[in-house]
Amino acid sequence: MEQKSNGVMGWIDARYPATVTWEKHLAKYYTPKNFNFWYFFGSLAFMVLVIQILSGVFLTMFYKPDTALAFQSVEMGIMRDVEWGWLIRYFHSTGASAFFIVVYLHMFRALLYGSYKKPRELIWIFGMLIFLALMAEGFMGYLLPWGQMSFWGAQVIINLVSAIPFVGEDLSIWVRGDFVIGDATLNRFFSLHVAAIPLILIGLIFAHIVALHQVGSNNPDGVEIKKNKDENGVPKDGIPFHPYYSVKDIVGVIVFLMFFSIVVFFMPEMFGYFLEHANFEPANPLKTPEHIAPVWYFTPYYSVLRAVPSIAGSAFPGVIAMGASIVILFFLPWLDRNPVKSIRYRAGWYKILLAIFVITFIILGVLGTLAPTDGRTLLAQICTAYYFAFFLLMPIYTKLEKNKPVPERVTMK
Amino acid sequence: MKKTILVLLLTTIAMLSTGLTMASGGGYPKSPANVDVTDMASLQRGAKVFTDYCLSCHSAKFVRFNRVATDLGMTESEVMDNLNHLGVKFGSTMTAVMTEDYSKEAFGAVPPDLSLVARSRGVDWLYTYLISFYADPTKTTGHNNAIFKDVGMPNIFWKQEGIKKAVYKEVNGERVMEGLEVVEKGTMAPEEFDTMIRDLVAFLAYIGEPNQSYRKSLGIYVLIFLFVFFGIAYAMKKDYWKDVH
Repeated sequence: MEQKSNGVMGWIDARYPATVTWEKHLAKYYTPKNFNFWYFFGSLAFMVLVIQILSGVFLTMFYKPDTALAFQSVEMGIMRDVEWGWLIRYFHSTGASAFFIVVYLHMFRALLYGSYKKPRELIWIFGMLIFLALMAEGFMGYLLPWGQMSFWGAQVIINLVSAIPFVGEDLSIWVRGDFVIGDATLNRFFSLHVAAIPLILIGLIFAHIVALHQVGSNNPDGVEIKKNKDENGVPKDGIPFHPYYSVKDIVGVIVFLMFFSIVVFFMPEMFGYFLEHANFEPANPLKTPEHIAPVWYFTPYYSVLRAVPSIAGSAFPGVIAMGASIVILFFLPWLDRNPVKSIRYRAGWYKILLAIFVITFIILGVLGTLAPTDGRTLLAQICTAYYFAFFLLMPIYTKLEKNKPVPERVTMK
Repeated sequence: MKKTILVLLLTTIAMLSTGLTMASGGGYPKSPANVDVTDMASLQRGAKVFTDYCLSCHSAKFVRFNRVATDLGMTESEVMDNLNHLGVKFGSTMTAVMTEDYSKEAFGAVPPDLSLVARSRGVDWLYTYLISFYADPTKTTGHNNAIFKDVGMPNIFWKQEGIKKAVYKEVNGERVMEGLEVVEKGTMAPEEFDTMIRDLVAFLAYIGEPNQSYRKSLGIYVLIFLFVFFGIAYAMKKDYWKDVH
């Protein structure tokens, strides 16, 4: 490590790796120059995290985690009496959905360009753990406004725990802290939502980025830029993250904020998808809503749960299937045996398989918001079968692919 | 690749829209409320109807009188004299005139708080509900409601609206309600009554989210700012990237 200067930075660098870190992770972190649209969503996810933490800090100042006060503290305190409280709350509620949109697109990018493949398996695993933590964060946060959907959505999900044979009942009481969802449940969800899970999330995101910077970013061509370096050891197809991608990502952030603002300022309920209509009624344990649907970002897995028929009156098989639909994603780096990363150089029929996968995932999501009918259940079963087949048959069909030649260097199309 | 994305997007949109139409089917049809929460005169009239009629039994416990005055352009004395029938403090919230114990005795339940009813039910539902009471001698209140079957609430506007009866038709051997028909004229002309109900629904929409008009007007400025910022950021990106090929 060379000593850069004798000024203030020199003094700091002798005691703290400021310049080294800056260069390693930004100014001399070489990034492929051919990133396209799909590569905005990593930085956007980080942006949404910041929005959620900042808005969450202020909401926590006014929110009361007490079943007698929670609904009022949100709908009267924050939404009416607190200066700008409504805006901060809409940032947070829209941010929750935006987080999932951005993360789903970020994950889809990994599917498109094989970003989970060797040597990036750990980046993918950390990413999946982030996704799990995010689901826990979303689920617990949704209970806090203590509306009808908060209560009954949590009721449905916690009841899944009790479907586990033998220990289920005791386990669900342990999760709730009571025989029913009540004050104990609300308080622990609040604690987990504002302290425990955000800490886990930040830790995992740190690990995700450290792992990324260890091996370097993938790109739309799936070419390893570190294989082609110039005389100074700089990848020929690499450009420093800062300033190139920092200025590019600012453009992405502004476009994202435009969409975000359209929702926050003009349609914060997003037609009942971001803020469900039934949640404007306070939780009433004695009045079951006509139709209980989880928030949209959970509905694909909820559909998988409902698609699997119960055996001997137990919903446990469905719970297993729902869990498996997420766990299976962890194994993706080992299920896909095709050495070619980018979809650009993979077989045409694989593109079709992936496209159908996306469509089935969306159908599952839509079905999860609707009440089940015989026809819808059948459709959900077909989609669930495809979902699992897509992953479980991957070790076989990815070996049969006829790939196109992969270029030596990245392309700028 | 671009084609694949386009196909994906289009199919998704197509499926979502069919999914949504499937979800909205069934039930008594809702009539559009067409309310304007920026029409101060309408909101002021609605506030009067709301406090004269609804607040007798219902509360709006998240709504403060002083906030209504500020937002609707009314003076303190106007609000205190015309809207605040219980004579509570100007900064207080709207409580029902009837006590909870009495309403439990009279109706068997406490009528729901109306602060957020426009957000949980929607304005179209509210409007339809308020114009869909019909005579039904089997009910203790003497009235039933087409969109909210066996509702406990009495038809409070029967004098103004007149009395309606349900018209049925046979569909596959089943009796299906077709619509409502006035059998006894009320004290108000139909248009006059309709305006009163729309004013009331507009007021309910306003108290559901008192900031909504300000939110939208602020949103325009935010988007203009972002648009300008986008131009600058895009030019900066172009400039930095001109040596990347």
